[in-house]
Amino acid sequence: MSFSLLASASTVTFPVLPALLLVPFAGALLVMVLPRQRPELFKLVAVLTSVTVMGMSFWVLYAFDTQHGADGFQFLSNQTWIADLGISWSFGIDGISLFLVVLTGVLFPIALLATDPAHDNRAWYGWLLVLEGGVMGVFLSLDLVMFFICFEVVLVPMYFLIGRWGHGNRTYAATKFFLYTMAGSALMLVGIVALAFLHADATGGPLTFNLIEIAEAQSLATGTARWIFLAFALAFAVKVPIFPLHTWLPDAHTEAPTAGSVILAGVMLKLGTYGFLRFGLYLFPEASHYFAPVFLTLGVVGIIYGAVVAAMQGDLKRLVAYSSVAHLGFIILGTFALNTEGIEGSLLQMVNHGVSTSALFLLVGMIYERRHTRQISELGGLQRSAPIMAAVFTVVMLSSIGLPGLNGFVGEFLILLGTFTAHRWWAMVATAGVVLSALYLLWAYQRVFHGPAEGDNAEMSDLTLREGLVLAPLLVLIIFMGVYPRPVIERMEPAVDALIEHIEFHVEGFHEPVTRGGVDLGDAPEVEHTDEGEHE
Amino acid sequence: MLDLVWLIPAFPLAGFLFLMIFGRRLGEPKAGWVATAAIAASFAATLGVFLELTSLSVHDRRSVTTLFAWVPAGDFSVDVGFLVDPLSITMCLFITGVGALIHLYSIGYMHGDRDYNKFFTYLNLFVFSMLMLVLGNNMLLTFLGWEGVGACSYLLISFWFDDEANASAGKKAFVTNRIGDWGFMVAIFATFFTFGTINYAEVLDATASGQLLQSTATLIAVMLFIGAIGKSAQFPLYLWLPDAMAGPTPVSALIHAATMVTSGIYLLTRINPIIADAADWLPTLIAWVGVGTALFAATIAVAQTDIKKVLAYSTVSQLGYMFLAVGTGAYVAAVFHMITHAFFKALLFLGSGSVIHGMDGDQDMRHYGGLRRLLPITSATFIVGWLAIAGVPPFSGFWSKDEILLFAWNESPALWAVGFVTAILTAFYMTRQVILTFFGRYRFGDARPEEIAAAWEACLAAATEAVDTAGADIDKTRTTVEAATTAAETARMALAEAQAAATAEPLEGQEPADPEVLAAAVLAAEDAVVSADQKVVEAERALAAAEVTYAEAVEAHETHVRSAADRPAVPELALAAAPDTTEVADHLPAEVAQRNEYHAHESPWTMTLPLVVLAVAAATAGVMQLPFSPSLKRLEHWLEPSLFGNEVHLSVATSTMWILALVAIAGGIAGITVAIAAYQKRKVDYTMFERSILAEAWQVDRRVSDFMGGPGTAGFEATAGFDQRVVDGAVNGTGRLVQRLAQEVRRFQNGLVRTYAAGIGVGAVLLLLWFFMRSGI
Repeated sequence: MSFSLLASASTVTFPVLPALLLVPFAGALLVMVLPRQRPELFKLVAVLTSVTVMGMSFWVLYAFDTQHGADGFQFLSNQTWIADLGISWSFGIDGISLFLVVLTGVLFPIALLATDPAHDNRAWYGWLLVLEGGVMGVFLSLDLVMFFICFEVVLVPMYFLIGRWGHGNRTYAATKFFLYTMAGSALMLVGIVALAFLHADATGGPLTFNLIEIAEAQSLATGTARWIFLAFALAFAVKVPIFPLHTWLPDAHTEAPTAGSVILAGVMLKLGTYGFLRFGLYLFPEASHYFAPVFLTLGVVGIIYGAVVAAMQGDLKRLVAYSSVAHLGFIILGTFALNTEGIEGSLLQMVNHGVSTSALFLLVGMIYERRHTRQISELGGLQRSAPIMAAVFTVVMLSSIGLPGLNGFVGEFLILLGTFTAHRWWAMVATAGVVLSALYLLWAYQRVFHGPAEGDNAEMSDLTLREGLVLAPLLVLIIFMGVYPRPVIERMEPAVDALIEHIEFHVEGFHEPVTRGGVDLGDAPEVEHTDEGEHE
Repeated sequence: MLDLVWLIPAFPLAGFLFLMIFGRRLGEPKAGWVATAAIAASFAATLGVFLELTSLSVHDRRSVTTLFAWVPAGDFSVDVGFLVDPLSITMCLFITGVGALIHLYSIGYMHGDRDYNKFFTYLNLFVFSMLMLVLGNNMLLTFLGWEGVGACSYLLISFWFDDEANASAGKKAFVTNRIGDWGFMVAIFATFFTFGTINYAEVLDATASGQLLQSTATLIAVMLFIGAIGKSAQFPLYLWLPDAMAGPTPVSALIHAATMVTSGIYLLTRINPIIADAADWLPTLIAWVGVGTALFAATIAVAQTDIKKVLAYSTVSQLGYMFLAVGTGAYVAAVFHMITHAFFKALLFLGSGSVIHGMDGDQDMRHYGGLRRLLPITSATFIVGWLAIAGVPPFSGFWSKDEILLFAWNESPALWAVGFVTAILTAFYMTRQVILTFFGRYRFGDARPEEIAAAWEACLAAATEAVDTAGADIDKTRTTVEAATTAAETARMALAEAQAAATAEPLEGQEPADPEVLAAAVLAAEDAVVSADQKVVEAERALAAAEVTYAEAVEAHETHVRSAADRPAVPELALAAAPDTTEVADHLPAEVAQRNEYHAHESPWTMTLPLVVLAVAAATAGVMQLPFSPSLKRLEHWLEPSLFGNEVHLSVATSTMWILALVAIAGGIAGITVAIAAYQKRKVDYTMFERSILAEAWQVDRRVSDFMGGPGTAGFEATAGFDQRVVDGAVNGTGRLVQRLAQEVRRFQNGLVRTYAAGIGVGAVLLLLWFFMRSGI
């Protein structure tokens, strides 16, 4: 049966993961050499490239083995690169990275189709493809050096996207973004080098940068591992960003062109949260557990703080940017809850935030194109002039607020549920974030779409067919992931369980906080004690 | 048939999806009929399930139907599944039944609205969410419905979004509800943590068999109570409900009276074993919050003038009764009152909608009066609703309220006393509403205080202007007199000259003038003098007349000023007679005449038919639970499987029950009598009751708004400022510091590779040293 052949990863020889990384770069090269007389080809090539990548990511999703070895890496691809230094060309995908790869695959064609650059088309499409390749590299690399290179490479195209095609204060925003994130990851390089050398030292084996080898060995002394974890954590914390390292984000998001904001919010922030899971929890389980309270606290602070600051923004795009700070606070919270519900919730939230916030940025971009302003005070009554846009905005907004039945809820709920079983007070405070998200988004919606429409607001045109088609896939995802997240969760779960087992195995005395399950509640005196201590 | 329970929510969902795609094409009225048919089909499906359920033995009356796994994550697993039991099906029956009627009503009410099809799309989605809420077999599915109805409520309150006030009301409802939702979510977490599942069947069975610790039960119940307070508009989270009246009236009837706002009571009834296991103070708290809210809201309803605001506060108050019932362990009474309230309050809201529809959108009861002749069906059905809510036997409200009061007495006479006072107030404010709307004088054409004031201003301005004009007139005529006098003198001089010329000797060497010519000139001059004199007389006469006019104008002005100052204050509510406007009749704005020509009209049959059906239900629904014998307590038997024996058993003697019932009836009659004395007979001054503090709803809303707008916003602003100045300031400060340092460091960057190499070397050595030291070599 050809289908079973197709579905079985082991029989496939086509190196699909390296292709996911290399095809965009190849596309970028092709764009560079296209004849200047045919500018329309730039876009065509770029879109075709990204659609090819999307197709490949779908194929990976389809062929992803959910039965045997679903808890490990699949589609593994290993090539020695620099043998002396133990650096290899090593890729793999598991339930943790799977949906981020698919998300990347979906969002790039949308970003490419959503808007055209005002100038320098060739460079625009070239940089976007380079960016896609870099992002794929981060999600797929199983080699620390390769990972680091890709982690840094993505900064360059994004720097140019903001700096050359951005809005008003773009140079400042681009420079700040570049320097801030670069500074954050500088220590990570030191950490990677130190980790590899110390690992080789401790095991007596050859130098290697292979993630799985290092992570499974856990050869470092506890104290050392904690220091190196912090070096990694700083890089990821800036990238996520975690409060108080977040202030590059509103500037970058606001000044970036729409496509840049979509990619930035949709996938680039996930580099940090993904990094925490893959290179934090997996690589440093003990340190992650040790520092968890710090990150839980920062996550909760981010949720509340981001929402409060978002409420006071006068610029619609800045508001969405600050809402990201709050949403990413949830992801950090779930990650460091260190249980299945929390981490799966975080993964879902990564995908959902990518979908919903991208849609929000697209919508804000569409309003900006029509009204040439993002100031909330200058907008109003748009629901009268653009009812379809208002309807789409409403659905996306409700998803972002976390309305059950739409995608945003499932992730947020699982995060809070997981956090509650582990650290209930954090969860109870964080849950207040759902009140605030309703407050700032509904208030913004009211000021932009409700009320009487005057002047240019009354004349604003509704969504065009192209805009509708760009938004449609995101809307489908918003509803599908809210109603039937099961296929997604099922594919994540083995990998998440494996990660938690890994942490349990390497952290003495740590067990995934579990519910009491079972009905003989009365027979568990120690539980009784905890219970009374917590509730009374 | 029980397996087909999914059909109940499937019909409204299908209606919603269909209307979302084809609604615009269908247009009016087809979209409305499709939506109504969807709910009617759902009602039919509910009836089928209900009949099936009644045919089963009491112990088998619970079944769970699972459709698919919704969120399976780790230990946590939640299905989309339905719990069919007497409680959920009872809820479904009145949700779909009343819902179908309100859909039908809306076909007429929303006639001509530009977003007609959208209204029905939302309404179908609401009913779907509401059914998910009550049918869900686990807390998360209930929460899905819970949030879904909240979202629909938001969309429908701000349905007429062009008005900022409506938009604000919708937002306020959603956000306030979310505060309660916080509690609900925490309760779900705690339930999962405790039981490892959030399916009702397992959680409730485990709890009912005594496996839950009191402290945990208390936590879960308190959190759910917080959720219930938000959704069911109890103190202090009730603030959104009066504002929610901004939505179209069918929405107020369906969502904000009959169904959604009872979700909190449903939820608490659903988890009754958990409440039973909770600390004793919790039911007491629920009862007191309920009865306190009931009294509080009833006092406010007394002084409201907006017909829908009265009903809104009345709803808050009646929901308080239901909480009182839950708190005293009278779950059957709570559900009983929920049902009767759904009938009579939906009826009252729809009736008020019919009145508003007939009165050209006016919602102020002070402008109504005497409508029973103009709106015969509306008034007759409204009166049935009034008798039901006022607790007049044998109308339904009497039975359910009486049962609640009985259980309150059973718990504590103090609870009963507060509930009893509330009942008197309820009878009073509802009677007031009925009299102001349907009885007394038809006041719609009356000139209103602000119009009369404006008319007086216009009148005084006109009088002042008349004085000014008359004054100017005097000046003008005086000038004319002077001119005429001058002209007369000139004419006399001319005459004198002419006479002199006629009598004078001709000069030497000149031809003597022709005497005839001279005589003619004299005659002409004489004529001129006469006519000039006449003009003088005329001018003087005109002046005299002008002076008279002026004096009259001044006097008229003075009279107007005096009567303006002396005029009686125009009451906002002119019960006895229309305000006297004869003196300013000419100056009244055109609207008054327009209103006088306006004919209040009865609504179309699509609106009156639901009124009639609901009126029959509101009158007779008491039969489902009559206290006279155990066999007549049908609802109690029916709900038994859902209540796990947690219904409190009365320890009140039969004689006491009779006395309490008679006292309640007497209280109701007292309330009605006082209202009639004040508003119909005008024997008592009604301003005694309508205190401004009550009209302002004890100023709670204003104070909360002031706080949110003042310190609340300031706190948010301060945080945003902190972010910009401190957090981001630190980043930019670091940037500048690095820049300055770089200026210094630039000296080292001298282009000599040796220097760089040296630097790299030193750095590498240091790094290596560090590694070696760390790894202990």
